[in-house]
Amino acid sequence: MAEFLQFAFSGLTAGAVYALVALGFTLIFSSCGVINFAQGEFVMLGGMITVFLGLAGLPLPLAACLAIVAAVFVGLGIHVFAIDRARDATTVALIVITIGASIFLRGVAQVLFDKRFHTLPSWFGDDPIVVGGAAILPQSLAVLGVAAVIVVLLWALINRTLLGKAIVATASNQLAARLAGINTRLMVGLSFAISAAIGAAAGIVITPITFTSYDIGTLLALKGFAAAMLGGIGNPVGAVVGGVVLGLSEAFSAGYFSSQYKDAVALVLLLAVLFACPQGLLGRPSPERV
Amino acid sequence: MLNCTKLASLAAFCFIGISAPRDVWADVKIGAVLSITGPASFLGDPEKKTLDIYIDDINAKGGVNGEKLQLVAYDDGGDANAARTFATRALEEDKIVAMVGGTTTGTTLAMMPLFEEAEIPFISLAGAVQIIEPVRKWVFKTPHTDRMACEKIFADAKKRGLTAVALIWGTGAFGKSMREQCVAAASRSGTTIAHEESYSPRDSDLTPQLTNIKGKAGIAAVINADFGQGPAIVTRNYRQVGMQLPFYQSHGVASKQFIELAGPAANGVRLPASALLVADKLPDGDPQKPVVVAYAHTYQDKTRQPVSTFGGHAYDGLMILVEAAKRAGSFQKSKLREEIERTKNFIGTGGVVNMSPADHLGLDLTAFRMLEIKNGDWSLIE
Repeated sequence: MAEFLQFAFSGLTAGAVYALVALGFTLIFSSCGVINFAQGEFVMLGGMITVFLGLAGLPLPLAACLAIVAAVFVGLGIHVFAIDRARDATTVALIVITIGASIFLRGVAQVLFDKRFHTLPSWFGDDPIVVGGAAILPQSLAVLGVAAVIVVLLWALINRTLLGKAIVATASNQLAARLAGINTRLMVGLSFAISAAIGAAAGIVITPITFTSYDIGTLLALKGFAAAMLGGIGNPVGAVVGGVVLGLSEAFSAGYFSSQYKDAVALVLLLAVLFACPQGLLGRPSPERV
Repeated sequence: MLNCTKLASLAAFCFIGISAPRDVWADVKIGAVLSITGPASFLGDPEKKTLDIYIDDINAKGGVNGEKLQLVAYDDGGDANAARTFATRALEEDKIVAMVGGTTTGTTLAMMPLFEEAEIPFISLAGAVQIIEPVRKWVFKTPHTDRMACEKIFADAKKRGLTAVALIWGTGAFGKSMREQCVAAASRSGTTIAHEESYSPRDSDLTPQLTNIKGKAGIAAVINADFGQGPAIVTRNYRQVGMQLPFYQSHGVASKQFIELAGPAANGVRLPASALLVADKLPDGDPQKPVVVAYAHTYQDKTRQPVSTFGGHAYDGLMILVEAAKRAGSFQKSKLREEIERTKNFIGTGGVVNMSPADHLGLDLTAFRMLEIKNGDWSLIE
């Protein structure tokens, strides 16, 4: 039983990390149908900027806030200088642009910061909480908590505010949205800014667990993307469900099956789910394709 | 008028630009293809800095045999293909007399055949034992091998009466290679590897693997074979699940960064490492003490970064080459190779080097010191 619980806690920890990254994908996809592969770089920027401002002597909460602000500006920059200029291009071209942006950001971070790994102190100390013989770190709970808060805020934004409705309208039909008086370019820009903030917040809260360095974005984006697809992209709750399911499947296959094949097991699961329901676990079929 | 001055300065600039290399061409060129950026940059970066510092130092003292040295450095970014291209360029265009470099095992293996063919001495800074086994005429290396790390750990564990161990390894190149060497070394040293677990280099939580080790009966110690941030996560998770067994890391984590990342969880961890890490703590009679203290202080003063063993490997490689050139009286390639092979009682940062035609590394197990992390700092056992 203690073993089962330990595996579950481990899966929750990894899953919460994936979920936070997956959440960042959700909003940009909701507004312009683009998978932003620079999402992992927002996560990296959040962690790295906090670390370096902290090293420069700023108190960590302030450093964290500044890091989120900086990431928002980077997100806006990507939109203004890259995505917006290519707004007539196909979605595939836009996705390729985000890949370019991610490589660019990684390069800049490598020069601006350094190439070493860094960490931040845990928010509530390093003493594990023991439940039924299994131990979980308080920071894992913090990651889950932050994920929950972001989900609620994002859900409220999309479903309960006019701004959110405008973003959704932009996603489903740009021309119609413009005719209805929505500034669609602003909406897409806004979704980049909010996604960058979500990514940076994720980067700050996961750094005490995963550590951070200039190149963590690539793998996090891959796992986060898998989680977002698994849960149904465009749905914030789906992103969290996808992240946790992916994390749990990795942890249980590492624990009960073989640690060598755990990634394979997780990927087979992903393929199986997408085969059975291509829209993901909680995804709705998009009306355009019906 | 302004345009004329601009033009003149431009012309002057061009002139300097053209004439400068001519002076440089007279220098003896030492090649260095290193992974200064990319995933192995934490190895390649201190190596490059070390070579820069010491080549300047040697030139300031009058060079070698009256000739000045020039470093021809290329950054392969950790890519074996790029390394091979740069090595070709260094050999054919730059006409290097010898090479100190090859940060990773992958880049070294890609470059080795070129040096065998061109018959130019190549001192590698990479870890794997395959570089010097079987012995290749023109290829040498300075870092300890992972096999030596395994043997050192097993010897220390045996001394403490621990003969059944569990192995947890990262699936990256370093972890895989060390796992193979540990499995091979275990039977020779009378240790049994009772259980094995592995993880991917970027995994963020490894408690399932450790829980499985914890649940196995009859395990007396745990060994983690990996480098980078993985071992730091293993170490934290090790304490998180409350494991009390003696815990060994490899020489791959021999940098202050590991202690920073793992935090208090690192206390009590043992690892084999070169004397460089504990330079100031070595007893006064230790033959390596003057060398490692001088290198550590020079590196820290010039770069303002903590010293790592990787830069030390570059120091050893360069100095072995320079000493050999002094004995040979020139940089003539076959004489130079013979003298490198005759290196005896060379005291470097990695240990005392005694090369022979059958041994192009020249280090024995005494080169490794067993360290234990206490209160966030290295301390010497033995």
